[in-house]
Amino acid sequence: MSDQTADRALDLTLEQPPTLIEAAPARARFALVADALRLGRTRVGLGIVTVLVLIALVGPLVAPYSPTEFVGIPNSPPSSDAMFGTDALGRDVLSRFLHGGRTVLWLSAAATLLGIVVGVVVGLIAAYARNWLDDVLMRSNDVLLAFPQIIFVLLAVSAIGPKLWLIVLTVGLTHAPRVARVIRGAALEVVERDFVKSAEVVGEARWRIVFGEVLPNVTSPLLVEVGLRMTYSIGLVAGISFLGFGLQPPDADWGLMINENRLSLTVQPWSVVLPVIAIGFLTVGTNLVTDGLSRALAGIDRRADS
Amino acid sequence: MLTRLILRRLALGLLTLWLVSLLVFAATLALPGDAAQAILGREATPERLAALRDQLNLDEPVVSQYIQWLGGILTGDLGTSAATQEPVGDLLSDRVGNSLFLVAISAIVAIPLSILIGVWTAMKRDRPVDHVVSTTSLILASLPEFVIGIALILLFATEVFHWFPAVSLLGPGEKAWDDPEVVVLPAATLVLAVVPYISRIMRGSMVEVLESEYVTMATLKGLPRRTVIWRHAVPNAIVPAIQVTALQLAYLAGGVVVVEFVFSYPGIGAALVEAVGNRDMPVVQAVTMLAAGIYVGLNILADVATILVTPKLRTAAR
Repeated sequence: MSDQTADRALDLTLEQPPTLIEAAPARARFALVADALRLGRTRVGLGIVTVLVLIALVGPLVAPYSPTEFVGIPNSPPSSDAMFGTDALGRDVLSRFLHGGRTVLWLSAAATLLGIVVGVVVGLIAAYARNWLDDVLMRSNDVLLAFPQIIFVLLAVSAIGPKLWLIVLTVGLTHAPRVARVIRGAALEVVERDFVKSAEVVGEARWRIVFGEVLPNVTSPLLVEVGLRMTYSIGLVAGISFLGFGLQPPDADWGLMINENRLSLTVQPWSVVLPVIAIGFLTVGTNLVTDGLSRALAGIDRRADS
Repeated sequence: MLTRLILRRLALGLLTLWLVSLLVFAATLALPGDAAQAILGREATPERLAALRDQLNLDEPVVSQYIQWLGGILTGDLGTSAATQEPVGDLLSDRVGNSLFLVAISAIVAIPLSILIGVWTAMKRDRPVDHVVSTTSLILASLPEFVIGIALILLFATEVFHWFPAVSLLGPGEKAWDDPEVVVLPAATLVLAVVPYISRIMRGSMVEVLESEYVTMATLKGLPRRTVIWRHAVPNAIVPAIQVTALQLAYLAGGVVVVEFVFSYPGIGAALVEAVGNRDMPVVQAVTMLAAGIYVGLNILADVATILVTPKLRTAAR
């Protein structure tokens, strides 16, 4: 779509040599993913993430018990009835583990999406405006950035209560200024280029320039941001449940499982170990993919420079 | 001109803090219905409700509520805890000390360790140790603090070795430095969480400096390797690391929340979690303002330090 608008701009500004209008060839954008996939770490990361997403999605279908069913004496060790024993209330650890992944995943994904969308819009507008609007947006960014993310979430939870929508909203909102800063930085250089200038000359609508011309040219750093924010979202969302302000009992959730069973860690470690390992692997997986993407991006930049 | 640059930075920091205070104050307005009722719950006696309303100045207009609240914070009067009826200042003073102790120990270990790792991996660039360290860093940087903390508990306090206590059993009013054992695992968690970030930046800038002409020059002059590294290369490579170090220390202001909860360490982070559970707004607001103050303060310090050690910025300001 963006290429079409660029083409139209080209037709109307014939005095400019066509090479200047060359924006971001679609090939270059997919090249990032292709380059990243050539790296071992990206593949390992993708493999880990796939396994955990499968556990979270298929888990509830194959769990031997319901997550809230009492199947034995509290904190009993692994047995033939319960492969990983029972938790502090006597529920099957394996079943709760298999049911507990979905919430972490969808809450993190929703928070990431919100943070990325708001961050991209703010970052692009700030970069394109370069006037008082830029200052106002960046100053509001600084205010949000002055809170460590988890403290901002806790402030909101203490006022409104442990609601899931609030967690998605506040985690997403604290991501936004961090995303905006990166996108603004990347876009500042794009708005100076000739294809943006020529679109301005032909009177292209501003929002079309921002989202049709500038946005397609910052997709590579954006992709890296998505991975990074997803990694942090998982840690934050699981951490808030772990503190007891996310999912509420008797729901099955990996973060909540750790909270409920951490005091019986010495007696029955499995009810803590399983969710801790799952969350740990999930964040390592997403971050390996992110690292693969950013390495591929650095490689592409190097080639472009030389 | 240099002073003007620094003053401008200070003014921006104060402006940010003022805006932060508006947002923190607004949290009480977000309480559903009557703020005093929301904080104290349904069982609250009318006397306590009246006392809290009076304390929060709920009968007055919002603007004067805010001004009195801000005035209290600036003069050190943080209000009364809604949960324990204790002054917030008394409630937090011991805990602030404990948290500062924890963060200070973590910083004292983490900063030199990161610099050493950064310098070492830069010198061994692309050799096996460099790859091993970079992969380990990547994994550690991915893990949420509570995952690192629980892994340390499993490893060093319960399942494998029994070297350190899993949770600190300090009573109220006890200081963490009276029983330094309790700080080991929480500090180790924070160190493992920040070292990957600082050492990565240190490595990057060290690699760049090692390739520079003046380092080659110093080597060609026949200076011993040790002198070239520590006298010529490191002082220049450290500049970019200052910003990241400040950011990471500021991040610790949030990181302590989860880590203190994991280890039941009696600091402000654990106090915040408890206060959020009780909807004890005065305590929540005090801790939040403190965290934001630390964050903004550290960032100003880092910017000023960067301005002072970067000749280019010093002249650019003119």
